[in-house]
Amino acid sequence: MSDFFAQPSVWVVSIIKVIVVMALMMTALAYLSWFERKVVAHIQSRWGPYRVGPHGLLQPLADGLKFLFKEDPTPGGVDKLVYFLAPFLAMSLALCSIAVIPFGPSPLLQVADVNIGLLIIFAITSLGVYGVALGGWASNSKYPLLGGLRSSAQMVSYELSMTMSVVGVVLLAGTFNLREIITQQQGFWLGFIPRWNLLAPPFPQVLGFFIYFVSAIAETNRVPFDLPEAETELVAGFHTEYASFKFAMFFMAEYANMITVSCLATLLFFGGWLSPLPSTGVMAWTLYIPAAAIAACAVILFIDGLRYSTRFGRILLPILSLALAGLAVVCALEGVVQLIQGPFWFLSKVFLFLFFYVWLRGTLPRFRYDQLMSFGWKLLLPLSIANVVLTSWFVLANMSK
Amino acid sequence: MVPSSYYLVLSAVLFGLGVVAFVFKRNIITIFMSIELMLNAVNLAFVTFSRHLGNLNGQVFVFFVIVVAAAEAAVGLAIIILIAKHRQSLNVERVDLLKL
Amino acid sequence: MMPSAQIIVFFVLAAVAVLGAVSLIVQRHPIRSALSLIVVMVSLAGLYLLQGAELVAAIQIIVYAGAIMVLFVFVIMLLNAGEEERTNVSRIARYVGLPLGFFLLLQLAWWVGRGTQGTATAVGRSPAMTKNISRLLFTDFLLPFELTSILILVAILGAVVLAKREN
Repeated sequence: MSDFFAQPSVWVVSIIKVIVVMALMMTALAYLSWFERKVVAHIQSRWGPYRVGPHGLLQPLADGLKFLFKEDPTPGGVDKLVYFLAPFLAMSLALCSIAVIPFGPSPLLQVADVNIGLLIIFAITSLGVYGVALGGWASNSKYPLLGGLRSSAQMVSYELSMTMSVVGVVLLAGTFNLREIITQQQGFWLGFIPRWNLLAPPFPQVLGFFIYFVSAIAETNRVPFDLPEAETELVAGFHTEYASFKFAMFFMAEYANMITVSCLATLLFFGGWLSPLPSTGVMAWTLYIPAAAIAACAVILFIDGLRYSTRFGRILLPILSLALAGLAVVCALEGVVQLIQGPFWFLSKVFLFLFFYVWLRGTLPRFRYDQLMSFGWKLLLPLSIANVVLTSWFVLANMSK
Repeated sequence: MVPSSYYLVLSAVLFGLGVVAFVFKRNIITIFMSIELMLNAVNLAFVTFSRHLGNLNGQVFVFFVIVVAAAEAAVGLAIIILIAKHRQSLNVERVDLLKL
Repeated sequence: MMPSAQIIVFFVLAAVAVLGAVSLIVQRHPIRSALSLIVVMVSLAGLYLLQGAELVAAIQIIVYAGAIMVLFVFVIMLLNAGEEERTNVSRIARYVGLPLGFFLLLQLAWWVGRGTQGTATAVGRSPAMTKNISRLLFTDFLLPFELTSILILVAILGAVVLAKREN
């Protein structure tokens, strides 16, 4: 490391990677809020945002402008340093964990390849409790304090089962390095069943996956575990007294945590950037699935755009669909086909998890706080310990064969 | 390559600052936190010597120190909560009688 | 000649750690002291990483900064600890005691610094990988490992019993 500064190629590339990842992440956060509003609305038989731009696509832009220009009052009697620190802490920690997530097989697609990548994500998640606890406390008011304490107690409790449920995967892989965990899930049985950790010998990590996903929903304070920030219970919980820009930071921190947890679930249990279909020999056509999927989206968007109600929509949507079609053609080119496989499968799996998160939000009622805590301590934690014991049993039996 | 003596000086400085905080502060919780600061300084010395001597025993010891600090923090804070409820104050100068 | 990147990172992290410790002493509100201690712990984790002790750095953040300090912050919030009152510190303590204390600290640092001159030896028997540390934990240090698990169990029981409400 002593000549880190002497090799500009290393740190210039790192800075560029960081900037690109940050830009993509912020756009993803903005449009995740749009996605959530649209999906929850359709589940509830209504339309969601549809006025600001075609299909409400410019709604995140309008929201961003609102957050920038709205008045930002500071309640009296607050501890100013902590009041300003809490949302920044929440958001910066939530954005940090993207640094160790590999989006594809190439080393260019991961900002930092560390040997303890998984532990770093858990370290950042443990520090994320402070954003919530300090935010609730600094507001100098009853509801936020209660909401903040309950929320941080919930986060700390579910952190235990979340980290224990992942131990099974670490036992199977023998390393904390995220890239190596994925490369060990390569290959197919019987030619077509992927060797993902969900179904891996000697002990399929199905229990581990379910415990992990449920704990992750509780950890990110989402429905059905969002009592501490529910509107009917505690006004708005720990972010009651936070106004425009700082509220936007808490909001974005929650979405960033959701994205991180979904990325981790795909990496650990669903093979990360590995394709579910074999792509050699007879099945070489599966290499063109990304291009075909993007082309299908482009066609649907084009047809929908031509029949849209406003003129702005009739112009914008076909242009977007032509851009998507261009992207599909690029993905089918010779040099790009191999490169696009990894990120495409990774992003589509993450997208499926995010859709599942939003689906849960539109469907399930919320847990009461004592039900929530007893579920975490009395059910999930013993189950995750049992998962560790069973996995190590089977791994040992396999090793001694 | 950073010489080990730099790390050890930092560890000594942090330990000394922990002692100063322990002696001069009057809030029970802050005194407890200064004990944690002293433990952290000692951990830094352990890790430094582990690298200096090429032996991993130092890092295993840090693991044990952290675990013991966790157990001590849990029980100590429970005691502090009891004292605060009885005495209605967190000032350590008020807890100067053996009788509650 | 620019010093190596390691020395720069060391001085930055060391400065942050010392400033955090001084802030722990100077701040009057316990929650700000707790935040300063968290800053110290995170910078110490950075120093552990600089020395190549990655597992220890991760454990420091996950357990120490992410769980023990959360416990401290919870207790401060629950007890609604306010700012410290200003009781009368004796004149002797302030004008003679503090300088003597810092002189003692400087002496300690001087002798410690002179004790281990020279850089670290080359990479020792085994690099600090998780595998090697866990192998040590389960072979040479098995008895302390089991004893600490009993210690944690006793601590949990003790904390629950002490903090329970009188029925």
